Amino acid sequence: MIMTAEDKYKTLEEYISSFKNDLHPESRLIGVLHKAQELFGFLPEEVMCKIAYLMDIPAARIWGVASFYHYFNLKPVGKHVISLCLGTACYVKGAGMILDRIREHLNISVGETTTDGMFTLQEARCLGACGLAPVLMIDNKIHGKLTPEAAIELINGLKKG
Amino acid sequence: MEQKSPLTIFINNKEYKVKPGQTIMQAADNLGFKIPRLCYHPKLSIEGACRVCIVQVEGMKTYVASCAYPVSEGMRIHTNTAELRRARRDIVELILDNHPTDCHVCERDGNCELQRLTYAMGIRHRHFEGERKHYNKDLSSPSVIRDPDKCILCGRCVRICSEVQKVNTLGFAHRGFKTVVMPAFNTPFAESICSTCGQCINVCPTASFVEQNYTQDLFEKLDDPNIIKVAQIAPSVRAAIGEAFGLPPGRAMHGELAASLRKLGFDYVFDTQFSADLTIMEEASELLERIGGKGSLPMITSCSSAWMKYVEHFNPEFLPNISTCKSPMSMMGALVKTYFAQKLKRKPEEILSVAVMCCTAKKHEAARPELMVEGMPAVDIVITTRELAWMIKSAGIDLVNIKVQDFDHPLGISSGAGAIFGTTGGVMEAALRTAYELATGETLLDIELESLRGFAGIKEATVTMEGKPIRVAVAHGLGNAQAVLEIARKEPDRYQFIEIMGCPGGCIGGGGQPYATANSIPLDEACLAKRAEALYAIDRGKNIRRSHDNPDIQRLYREFLGRPLGTLSHKLLHTHYQAKEPRGIIARGRK
Repeated sequence: MIMTAEDKYKTLEEYISSFKNDLHPESRLIGVLHKAQELFGFLPEEVMCKIAYLMDIPAARIWGVASFYHYFNLKPVGKHVISLCLGTACYVKGAGMILDRIREHLNISVGETTTDGMFTLQEARCLGACGLAPVLMIDNKIHGKLTPEAAIELINGLKKG
Repeated sequence: MEQKSPLTIFINNKEYKVKPGQTIMQAADNLGFKIPRLCYHPKLSIEGACRVCIVQVEGMKTYVASCAYPVSEGMRIHTNTAELRRARRDIVELILDNHPTDCHVCERDGNCELQRLTYAMGIRHRHFEGERKHYNKDLSSPSVIRDPDKCILCGRCVRICSEVQKVNTLGFAHRGFKTVVMPAFNTPFAESICSTCGQCINVCPTASFVEQNYTQDLFEKLDDPNIIKVAQIAPSVRAAIGEAFGLPPGRAMHGELAASLRKLGFDYVFDTQFSADLTIMEEASELLERIGGKGSLPMITSCSSAWMKYVEHFNPEFLPNISTCKSPMSMMGALVKTYFAQKLKRKPEEILSVAVMCCTAKKHEAARPELMVEGMPAVDIVITTRELAWMIKSAGIDLVNIKVQDFDHPLGISSGAGAIFGTTGGVMEAALRTAYELATGETLLDIELESLRGFAGIKEATVTMEGKPIRVAVAHGLGNAQAVLEIARKEPDRYQFIEIMGCPGGCIGGGGQPYATANSIPLDEACLAKRAEALYAIDRGKNIRRSHDNPDIQRLYREFLGRPLGTLSHKLLHTHYQAKEPRGIIARGRK
């Protein structure tokens, strides 16, 4: 089912009103931002303003939370989001080399999206899968024990669809 | 259970009895130990961000932030051991590491808390030379400049903006080394919900927030022999400028200011207190008209520019309640470019109209298109008390010892009512003195309305006019302003007249007032009280204490304006404001 922007706003509004009787509804902010990102793919300014209005939290504070966590996308993202872990364990196991290869292969830097809108490259700080280091996450799916070649293969696989 | 009996604590091995429920810093302050500090401000919540105020407590493994830690029975505190001094020095050195090295060309050179702290910590070298942040300054606002490079992330600006003013323009964004204080979405100030009150400037320990400075421009124009240079001075400037010259707060310096401004090159020096009297004539008449059934009640004052911008953003439904009177500054500007220009037989464009204000928001007000007169700004340049103090020093004028002079005619005589405009409650008191007489034909005998004085957040009073009670309220600081509006929203008939000033204490606590000196705190109430008392003393010392008794006001109406709320008054002295919705405004959150 394809949701219109109106549907998305409505879903978000319903989600926020579901806990309006909480003692501290503002403590749900991070959850609401997750929900918004799930709906909209990233956190557009208008959506954050809407959340500010509905939750009665200053926009400056919402912007502070959204920009604090790497997980939240402040710009539109591509069809597939590649998050490469650069935490200590992954880095030691060669994540830096993987990053270089992906950048070269997709011709984008960290935080950017390919011109065809297929891939967004992000860096992450420890995905909690150090035993599988080095790991990368594509669209919420973890891939471990990677080499630069294996990473490129994964990406090419997605390209073919 | 709260312990009521005194606690015994030891500071630097000496025994003291202290009240329970205090922090270590408060207890130490009361005993005369001033622990170094940076992010702490007594009016704001505890942030504990800077760690400069650390002390050692026996039995505790780590240093303790004294601003946040409560005293307890038998606590043994050390505030100045060699080890602690080294630790504190390192902390300040690390703060300094991510701060520019341009003190000698900085706006706050000599007036900077970080500079003073660095000196006090004995830092004479910069040992750390790490990576330093670089961002563009936000120069978009006509009032306030934001310079993230100078920011040390103490968060005082964020806290005053959210806790006292409750505007919530500023917040921390991003994280770690990349943390920056900014409006939501990094919106430029000019497009943001910023009220331009300038309190962020007042509390900033460095030069991360400063006013847009127009002094160089003004020096250029003062040197132009072909223009007529006219100045006006706001009431609260005279009550505070002495502090920038090392005088204790509370000395009124209008005579010295008039003389100094002439020495700087102004041809005429007028008094904003005169146009405050004029505002009262118009505003009191408007109030009586509204009470008589023409227009919305409660009527709310419109003198404070920060308040006006705030109400346009956050409470547009109250715009019909806002007095249509322009502020005293804009009224004076309008008269300078019309009445006074005609008297001089000069064109208004030949006149440079300058306002010296305690306020950064007035810079924004002067640029408002709806306040133009004859197609040009009524006030061309607004400088703050701070900027004028610098100009006077820079020109080598001895403000403190200069021979005092009077203001010029015909816009220089004022009543005591005009003087008290500068402090919270003053406009209300001044308006009631005149409104009472206009309504009843009798003189209000008890003209000093004590219940409207002082620094309570919201003050209320009732005055009986012709047997009818008139209920009034006074609020200062935008947080209190919002609170009083919430009362008026719930009980629309509770008040007939509300005075609101955007800054804590009113104009005397404005965003353009002198920086706190070495041993004082920004927005210290004792200092504000002394500034207020200087204005009340001016009022008491005047023979004329009611605006309508001012002979020059009477003459102005006779010669030029006709009558209050007349056609010409409406054209020159009144205006209308409009709802504004800049970026982020949907966030009405005011927690």
